[in-house]
Amino acid sequence: MSLTDRETWAALHGMIFGALFLLAFAGGFAGLYSLRQAWVTPEGIVERTRRLVAGTWAMSIVAWATVISGSWIVYPWYRSADKTSPKSMLLANPDLAQWHNFGMEWKEHIAWLAPILATSVALVVTYYGADLVKNQGVRRVLIVVLTTAFACAAVAGLFGAFITKAAPVH
Amino acid sequence: MSTRDMGAQTKPFGPAAAALVAAGAGSFALGVLTTLVEVNTSVKTALTYSKEVGPLSGKVIWASVVYFVTLGVLAAVLWRRNPPPQQIYWVTGILVGLGLILTFPLTWKLFGAE
Repeated sequence: MSLTDRETWAALHGMIFGALFLLAFAGGFAGLYSLRQAWVTPEGIVERTRRLVAGTWAMSIVAWATVISGSWIVYPWYRSADKTSPKSMLLANPDLAQWHNFGMEWKEHIAWLAPILATSVALVVTYYGADLVKNQGVRRVLIVVLTTAFACAAVAGLFGAFITKAAPVH
Repeated sequence: MSTRDMGAQTKPFGPAAAALVAAGAGSFALGVLTTLVEVNTSVKTALTYSKEVGPLSGKVIWASVVYFVTLGVLAAVLWRRNPPPQQIYWVTGILVGLGLILTFPLTWKLFGAE
């Protein structure tokens, strides 16, 4: 049982960084959703806000790590002109070509919206800190922005899994 | 700004507005560049900074630059100000929405991509 260097990077990109972002979303969403004065004590707001700041920055950093490792390390192997590259193999088979022409083309772009959106959420959460609970309009918008970031990452992750199943990077 | 928020707000909305609009600007920039690359060969060539990564290299570098520069400029301009939140939310939503639409492969065909 072993992984090549390329398989290790592909796993790091999708199964470590990407999966961490998707998993962390649940915590970030729950933290923002429940940040209401009627639901949390003053001490709880301070503690929860600290966790939210740390969590949203972790999501932001992991999102950047996912797209940078994906685009600059794994993607060149995927799109290599070599006949055995995943892209070449997908395009050579009419039954599989849409995985590249639609799936990969969408994935490689929409994924980059996730770190941009997640970073803005982390910045706003950090800026307001415990005062975020007094700004319910902003809190609601952050939930929408964070959910959009999650949706972008989910599309990218889903297509990444399907494409890897059809034509893995070796 | 809603009445509820105005009464409770303790910090100016400007820096948050800067972060939100910057996210919209970065998303929109990526969408525009993605569509331009699909319909214009010279743009595709110009944005291919890395032979291995292809035109994606230029698209994501410039989208990131637009995001961080917009963030820095708007944060400096709006630091102690209170722009109307509803307008900021609408601008952000429209820009992010356009970014999502323009990064969707089927949209490129509407602009003549093959």
